[in-house]
Order: sequence, then C-alpha cells, then structure tokens
Amino acid sequence: MINGFFAVYLREILILKRKIKRQILSMSISPLLYLIAFGYAMGNKVVVHGHSYIEFLIPGLVAMSSMTYSFGISSEINIARFYWQIFDEFQASPISDVAYVLGEVAAAITRAFLGIFIILFLGYIFGVHLNYLNLYFFGGILLNSFVFASIAVALAMLVKSHADQAFLSSFVITPMAFLGGTFFPVDRLPGWAQIFIKLLPITHAARVIRKSAFGEIPNLNSYLILFVLGIIFFGLAIKTVAMARD
Amino acid sequence: MDKKTVIKIKGLKKQYGSKPALNGVNLEVFKGELFAYLGPNGAGKSTTIRILTGLTKKTAGDVWLDGYHIETHPKQAKSQFGLVPQSINLDMELSVRENLDIHGRLYGLGSKHRKMRIEQVLRYVDMEEEINTLVKRLSGGMKRRIMIARALIHSPSILFLDEPTVGLDAKIRRRLWALIKKIQEQGTTIFLTTHYIEEAEFLAHRVAFLDKGSIITIDSPENLIQGVGNWALDFLEDGTLKTIYFEKRKQAKEYILTHTGSFSLRRVNLEDAFLRLTGKKMQ
Ligand SMILES: Nc1ncnc2c1ncn2[C@@H]1O[C@H](COP(=O)(O)OP(=O)(O)OP(=O)(O)O)[C@@H](O)[C@H]1O
Ligand SMILES: [Mg+2]
Repeated sequence: MINGFFAVYLREILILKRKIKRQILSMSISPLLYLIAFGYAMGNKVVVHGHSYIEFLIPGLVAMSSMTYSFGISSEINIARFYWQIFDEFQASPISDVAYVLGEVAAAITRAFLGIFIILFLGYIFGVHLNYLNLYFFGGILLNSFVFASIAVALAMLVKSHADQAFLSSFVITPMAFLGGTFFPVDRLPGWAQIFIKLLPITHAARVIRKSAFGEIPNLNSYLILFVLGIIFFGLAIKTVAMARD
Repeated sequence: MDKKTVIKIKGLKKQYGSKPALNGVNLEVFKGELFAYLGPNGAGKSTTIRILTGLTKKTAGDVWLDGYHIETHPKQAKSQFGLVPQSINLDMELSVRENLDIHGRLYGLGSKHRKMRIEQVLRYVDMEEEINTLVKRLSGGMKRRIMIARALIHSPSILFLDEPTVGLDAKIRRRLWALIKKIQEQGTTIFLTTHYIEEAEFLAHRVAFLDKGSIITIDSPENLIQGVGNWALDFLEDGTLKTIYFEKRKQAKEYILTHTGSFSLRRVNLEDAFLRLTGKKMQ
C-alpha cells in the first residue's frame, strides 16, 4: 500500500520537478495581475470588512488557488491516461486503488501548496502582511485542496476523453471560483444566492482561510464540513478507479 | 518442458457495446513456453492481453495466471506478469532510471533491490549507458527495449508482449527477437501477439490463429505448416495471385513444366497455413 502510494506520488513530483521553472512562472502570472490591478487600481480606497481590498483579496486568492491547483491534477491524470497511456502501468500493477488515489491526491495538494506559497510571497512583496503562520490557515488550505483533489481524481476516472474533462471543469471550477466569496463578500448577495453559495465547499474554505489570515478564530463547523466532503469525494474517487477499465 | 499450465483462459468473451471483440476464447499456455497469438488487425489480440492484465473488463469467462484467478486474486495474479503494451507508454520527460525506479516501487521492491535490478535489466537489454538519458531522447527501438526492461524489473514468471516489434525496421526487429528468445530461454513464459508471420514462425513453440475474436487453431508452427504441404507455387491467374501446394519440390517443378505462365516457387510458411484455415491473408 505505502509503496504503491509513494510510486504514484513520486512520479507526479518528478514530472513537476522537470518543469518547475515554467510551473512557478505560470503560477505567478495571475496573482501578479490581481495584485497589480486591484492593489494599485483600488489602493486603499475600497475597504471591505475593515481591510483594504488587497488584504481581502489575498486570502481569497489563496482559497481559490487551493481549489484550482489541486483540481488541476485532473488534467495531469488525463494526459497520462489518454495521451501517454501511463495509467495502464498503474492498472496492470498490483497496487491498490486506494494507493493510487492517495498518490494523486497527495500530488495535487503538493501543487496547491506550491501555488499558494507563490501567492503569499508575491503578496508579501506588495506589502500584504497577514497572519499566515497558524494551523487554522494551513488546515483550511489542506482540507480545501483535499476536497478538490478528490473531486478531480474521481472526474478524471469517469471521463472518456480529455475534451470531456475540460467541459466538466468549466462546470465545477469556474462558477465556484467566482461565487465562493473569493473576490467579494458573500453577505452582499441576495438571500437565496447566499443559501446556495453556503452549500459550496469553496465558500467555507474562503471564510476560514480569510478569518485565520486576519488573526481571528474561524468557525470550526466549516472545517468539519470540508472534512466530511473530502472523505465522501475521496471514497468516490476510489470507487471510480475500477470504472476506468473499459 | 514440463506441462504446468501458467496461463489458463476459459470461455473468454468481450463485447464493446453490442460489438463482439472476443467470442469465447479457450487456451492454455505452459510454463517456459513461447506462445504466439497471431491474427490480423482487429482480431482481438490486444483485447485479450488487456483483459489478462487487468486493463479491460471481460464480458464473460475466466482467466487464471499461475493458478490465481484474475478477479478473485487480482493482486497475486498481477504480481506474476510483466506487460509490454502495444503502444509505448513510458514517461517521456523522465529518465530511463526514473521510469524503471517507479516501476520497481509499484511492485514493492526495496531500494537496494531496485537499484540492483535496474542495473541488471539495463545490462540485459544492452542499454546500461542510457540509464540517465531522458526517454524522449531515445530511438524507437531503444524505447521498446526499455519497455521490455521495465516489464522484467520485478522478475515476473510471465511476460506479455503486445506486438513488440511493430513499426521497427528489419534489423532492429531481429535484435529484439534475439532478446525475446533469451528471456524465454531463462525460464520466463512468454505470451506474444503479432501479425508478423516470420515473428511467430521464428520465435514460437506454439501458435494460436485468431480471427474475428475466435481461435481457429492452436499448434506448433511446424505442424501448421506441415498440414499445408512443403512447397508453395505462386502464380497469376486472371489478375489474381493463386497458390498451389505440393509435398515435394519435384511435383511443383513438373507442374511448372506442364503449364504456362509465370511461377514463383517457395517454402510453405505460416501465412499459407493461415490462408488455408481462414480463407484470407494475414496482412
Ligand atoms: N476501447 C474500445 N472500444 C470499442 N471497441 C474496441 C475498443 N478496443 C478495441 N475495440 C475493437 O475490438 C476489436 C479488437 O481490437 P483489438 O485491439 O483487440 O485488435 P488487435 O488484434 O489487437 O488488432 P491490432 O493488430 O490492430 O492491434 C476491434 O474491432 C476494435 O475496433
Ligand atoms: Mg493490438
């Protein structure tokens, strides 16, 4: 079990390492643009919940990125599966489905953390000094990445082609990226929209990550919700590995 | 060769949707044997290997590898074999060593054992100098040899080779044949698919002819050829190539003398046996 898990994880990390410069560069682009656009353009004129907009934005970006980067493992899996057919290597080997899913999920979380460190670093350079060094902050990132990495693996196993994958992610990821309280406070939306949005994992992640970055103690129920969702999707992901055999 | 069965396939069927790909395949492969699964494009060769190796779900039937049923004991069954799939599936961006190392880990080999086996198998396929080369920089023939090396890392007792020489030139193909023969001679049971007649004829102890998902016959290449005759005489009649078979060369010569046309006399090969049994050409 542990060998299989590590083999899958190691492969993803070696591939990431091969293209690390490009990866860091591409992970820097959008936070840089956000910081320039919203940091300079809005400056200190816009205040949200007693913080400058850029201070409000950075934790939101962290929450969103922990989602998008960990979800990004689905396209890595797809390329390995449909293009290189390396997935066959795993399917033909005596590793368990749990080991496979765990390896991919761990790799997804690793990518998410890489992307987030880049955001925090860039934010720091732009003068955003928040309260990052606490378990609430990292716990929120970890759980959110876990949820979306598991969703990503499950979807990657269920799709029949790479094109399907792109189609699905525009349904899962794009709406959440905009609605989950990453760019604006959810409490300004109408009541019905708030109810819907509170059902999304990203809303809970954005909330706990932002609160903890502002030095407050977040609502622990949000962690519980993320944890339960993560376990459910992780279980689904394990079930879907067998379905990937045609 | 003792007669211990290491691959047993019983009533194996596969449907893709409503389209049948295998219609009840039965066969046994014995320990140490080199078994060739010969058939034209789309016969169901890869489908059979993919089911045996757990990549595709079967519709019906049973498969045992070294006594382990592939569904009730998948882990044990999967530990028995190495697989070289039809298309190259190495990690192009990783080095030869990294590719082999990941494979070794998948099969639970410890770090010392892995290091030793990587060196051994690379020496075996004569590629120890390429250990640190990125796979994308290797030639097609070299990639094939690395695929074989990778499949051997965990010292499997069965090796599945799905069209191992497809797309390679004649010289490199012969080199791979020598390697495959060497692997078999050291005791590994080999199940090989091919649509190259010479490949099966040169390598195999026994051959199964597969056509449209059904096995037509299973026998040694010698017996299959014997069944047809010894000499084949090709000639053109009304614009199509015809072939007649003879036991003795003298009989063929006599035929040429008593008929007009342009003839070409050659030894009978497996292609003739396939043509005789299925009424169609392999390639
Ligand atoms: N994933 C799939 N979905 C639908 N049909 C398939 C699939 N894979 C194979 N087939 C069909 O099943 C039949 C057998 O295919 P298979 O790949 O096993 O043939 P093969 O003998 O390996 O041929 P080749 O020499 O071309 O490799 C073919 O008709 C093929 O079109
Ligand atoms: Mg094939």
